[in-house]
Amino acid sequence: MRFLLPLIAFIVLVGFLLVGLNLNPRQVPSPLIGKPAPEFQLEELHASDKTLTSKDNLGKVWLLNVWASWCVSCREEHPLLVELSKAGIVPVYGLNYKDERDLALQWLRQFGDPYVASARDPEGRTGIEYGVYGVPETYVIDKNGVIRYKQIGPVTVDALQNKILPLVKELQG
Amino acid sequence: MSVPGFSGLNKFLLLFALLFLLLPYGWAKEAAPIAEDPEIERRMIALSEDLRCLVCQNESLAGSRADFANDLRREIREQMKANKSDKEIVDFLVARYGDFVLYRPPMKPTTILLWFGPFVFLIIGAIILVVYLKRRRKQIEEPMLSEQQRKQAEALLEESKGNNA
Repeated sequence: MRFLLPLIAFIVLVGFLLVGLNLNPRQVPSPLIGKPAPEFQLEELHASDKTLTSKDNLGKVWLLNVWASWCVSCREEHPLLVELSKAGIVPVYGLNYKDERDLALQWLRQFGDPYVASARDPEGRTGIEYGVYGVPETYVIDKNGVIRYKQIGPVTVDALQNKILPLVKELQG
Repeated sequence: MSVPGFSGLNKFLLLFALLFLLLPYGWAKEAAPIAEDPEIERRMIALSEDLRCLVCQNESLAGSRADFANDLRREIREQMKANKSDKEIVDFLVARYGDFVLYRPPMKPTTILLWFGPFVFLIIGAIILVVYLKRRRKQIEEPMLSEQQRKQAEALLEESKGNNA
């Protein structure tokens, strides 16, 4: 009995620490989920005379992928995005974040271009509107232009199969 | 490569003169002023000391050298120039990045444990301390020997004295 109470307290503490260890401090829940996607009106990467706006895709479910040529983990997810775009399940748009046009275009030539179009955000202002802090980030936006999901960090096979694609199907349905 | 009509010394002098000509280009650029308005800069730093840099997480927005922190500081500066209040700016950031940007979390149902948990532990600790001290005092106050035991002990002592004498 004398040791029971401290033992219980210890086990409870270990339980808390274990849960804490397995939480990812990078997974900051976005307050933007369930809110309308912030509006933007940006230059298109391939054609600077064209503008892309957040409203272009109203009525469609689409993905907005924040990427940059300087972003190392973007390379990690890129083949998946290319595959996804080939499968034609959902249109993927890019937000080319704090990048230089030439480098960005070269990067797409090198690794493939999965994007229907990429909007240029050279100063990261649209990024701030979307609460971007760790590139890559991917947003699932529904037909009404509402953000439904945010993937922080590279899109993984697991996230794609278990979260993004089921959600896209549900939203398209 | 040699230039006709220049002797070795002349070449040297020419190079030397060129070096001086290039001197101004070698000077480092003077540090650009951080902001035109020192008042805004003071306010921005005061505000961003309480904000978390989401990239570096354990650094404040004021202290971080990350590019991302730079962008957010620019944003804060611009909003201050546009006469936004500190509260409006904080609300702007919370709307995009969530409460996580705040080093002082707001009081909400989900943060009650965070705010009052330490006090709950303090009270539990105080209760344990009081109970423990009371129990100990009782132990000290209780005489170690009962009246009868004391008499017995005295008798034994007397007896041993008699034997030694």
